[in-house]
Amino acid sequence: MSESPEESGRAAFGQKSAELAVAAFFFAIGAIVIVDSLRLGTGWQEVHGPQPGYFPFYLGLIICVASLVNATRALLVKRADDKAFVEVGQLKLVLTVLVPTAIYAALVTWTGIYAASFLYIALFMRLLGKYPLWKAVAVPAGVIVVFFVVFEQWFKVPLPKGPLENLLGLG
Amino acid sequence: MDEIQSLWHGFGVALSPTNIALMFTGVILGVIIGVLPGLGGANGVAILLPLTFGMAQTPGGATSAIILLSCIYWGALFGGAITSILFNIPGEPWSVATTFDGYPMAQQGQAGRALTAAFTSSFVGAFLAVVMITFLSPVVAGFALAFGPPEYFAVYLLTFCAFIGTSKEPPFKTLAAMMLGFALAAVGTDTVTGTLRLTFGSTHLLTGFDFLVAVIGLFGIGEILLTLEEGLEFRGTKAKLNMRVVLETWRELPRYWLTSVRSTLVGCFMGIVPGGATPASFMSYGVARRFSPDGAKFGTGKIEGVVAPETAAHAAGTSALLPMLTLGVPGSPTAAVLLGGLMIWGLQPGPLLFVEQKDFVWGLIASMYLGNIAGLIVVLTCVPLFAAILRVPFSIIAPIIIVICAIGSFTVKNAMFDIWMMVVFGILGYLFKKLQYPLAPLVLAIVLGDNAESAFRQAMLMSQGDLSILFANTLVGTMTTLALVLLFWPMISALLAKLRGKPG
Repeated sequence: MSESPEESGRAAFGQKSAELAVAAFFFAIGAIVIVDSLRLGTGWQEVHGPQPGYFPFYLGLIICVASLVNATRALLVKRADDKAFVEVGQLKLVLTVLVPTAIYAALVTWTGIYAASFLYIALFMRLLGKYPLWKAVAVPAGVIVVFFVVFEQWFKVPLPKGPLENLLGLG
Repeated sequence: MDEIQSLWHGFGVALSPTNIALMFTGVILGVIIGVLPGLGGANGVAILLPLTFGMAQTPGGATSAIILLSCIYWGALFGGAITSILFNIPGEPWSVATTFDGYPMAQQGQAGRALTAAFTSSFVGAFLAVVMITFLSPVVAGFALAFGPPEYFAVYLLTFCAFIGTSKEPPFKTLAAMMLGFALAAVGTDTVTGTLRLTFGSTHLLTGFDFLVAVIGLFGIGEILLTLEEGLEFRGTKAKLNMRVVLETWRELPRYWLTSVRSTLVGCFMGIVPGGATPASFMSYGVARRFSPDGAKFGTGKIEGVVAPETAAHAAGTSALLPMLTLGVPGSPTAAVLLGGLMIWGLQPGPLLFVEQKDFVWGLIASMYLGNIAGLIVVLTCVPLFAAILRVPFSIIAPIIIVICAIGSFTVKNAMFDIWMMVVFGILGYLFKKLQYPLAPLVLAIVLGDNAESAFRQAMLMSQGDLSILFANTLVGTMTTLALVLLFWPMISALLAKLRGKPG
């Protein structure tokens, strides 16, 4: 990270916008729950008693009301009192981990857990930890061997495998 | 005394070589989990739970599985203190109060003394809480045998309203987080009618959201993202713990017996009502500071400031298992995960457990005594080892932890989709933590959602839809009223403060 300290200390998002965004997320969830509950029926039926949508309907309603209250409380904060939710430098650090993790999650679907984990740990060590290449290869190699022994051999829990493992005859 | 006899029998169950080996394995794993950032009691147990599915199927295996998992819990409770004292980083939220005096002590070269005090008082707090569980749980279970659906719903209501009344987070955020948990629990097949709810045609959602994946994401990934903000480096003091320091500290500790007793009481109370270990440790630190003759010097490295929060955190963490076993209502997120484990193994938590699964219940209770002794031995002898783990740079530890979390999420149902869900829950966990949306009620709601709903629907069936059944007799009426008082407590206390504020 080459920016000056002031740059990385600047707020990326205010507390207020973060509060509003999360409140909006809750409201959307509540609305989805209400819509589906109405489809299922929120009343009373013979034999079964309350219909399947009865309980979720009120859950959705409470979520919506609570999110409105939270949003209102956030709106009442004056602009001058708004704090930084996350600073630019912090957000960068968080994203440098979050984005690779999301890619990793996608990669597991194609390559299986072992190959993806190897790449993920190796790149993490090499790019963020600035380790020499041999360490960045040796550590993840050791880790996946340990995982293989613990999960596949000891606990007999098969983990997802991809083309590489099949090629090696381990799949 | 019936309990003594049952407990004796339980020791017979717990003292098999396999179970003792599992105890030590559990404690060691637990301490490691407690020491590492991003892995804590709740998600550590969640990650390892799928590994016990096979184990629990063998005869007596469920007891071994719960011994392993509960010992991981004790280990995590112990482990939190190590990072707090040596690194000023609370490994667990309930160890935050331990840093106040523990870290200054370590800086003054008294790390060994602080650690011994922390471990010993943890042990004392947990031990007294187990004694309480031994004698109180059969009574509570016997009482709860007479519960019907309305009573159970009232218990659930009380549990969840207690979160709103006692949590320090804004009440509407607690409410929103809790209801989100219930909504997530409602996804999938409706248990009463078999109708699909909230799945929107997705086959991944047929069986609903799994609480284990939610726990791993919210607590594991969320915690790592939060830790990252602080940067990638840990700085700590060296730990040396020799027998001489241990014995010297032990000679000193009886002086603080009154602090221990007070902290245990605070801890047990907060553990049974779903307050949990974290507020218990803060509260007990506050109480100790108020009553101690050295109160003003707290925060500069007083040993009492380590004794108080550690005793309370362990007493609370342990007594959180009492309502889990007797009522099926867990008192903490980790207890909630253990409860979920019981249900997956095919055991129905609640009063019937004490009638139908005597071996299991008393084996577990006996293992609590033994597990804490095992824990004390392990932590007193292996501190340097555990501290060394923390010196492994974060850029190696973090990706490995994330990989472990991903494997844990996958093994729950052998579903790739769950790894994705883990990442999503991780982002939510990060946002919620930063914005003070509490995670504990969310997790409890995901675990208990289906039970709470079916209790409610059965109660409504009994009364033909008349809500007054929740006030039908003294027992259920008292619980419902208490729940409502707790629900509106933030308003009531604000009102009281206003009235008191006005002179005359």
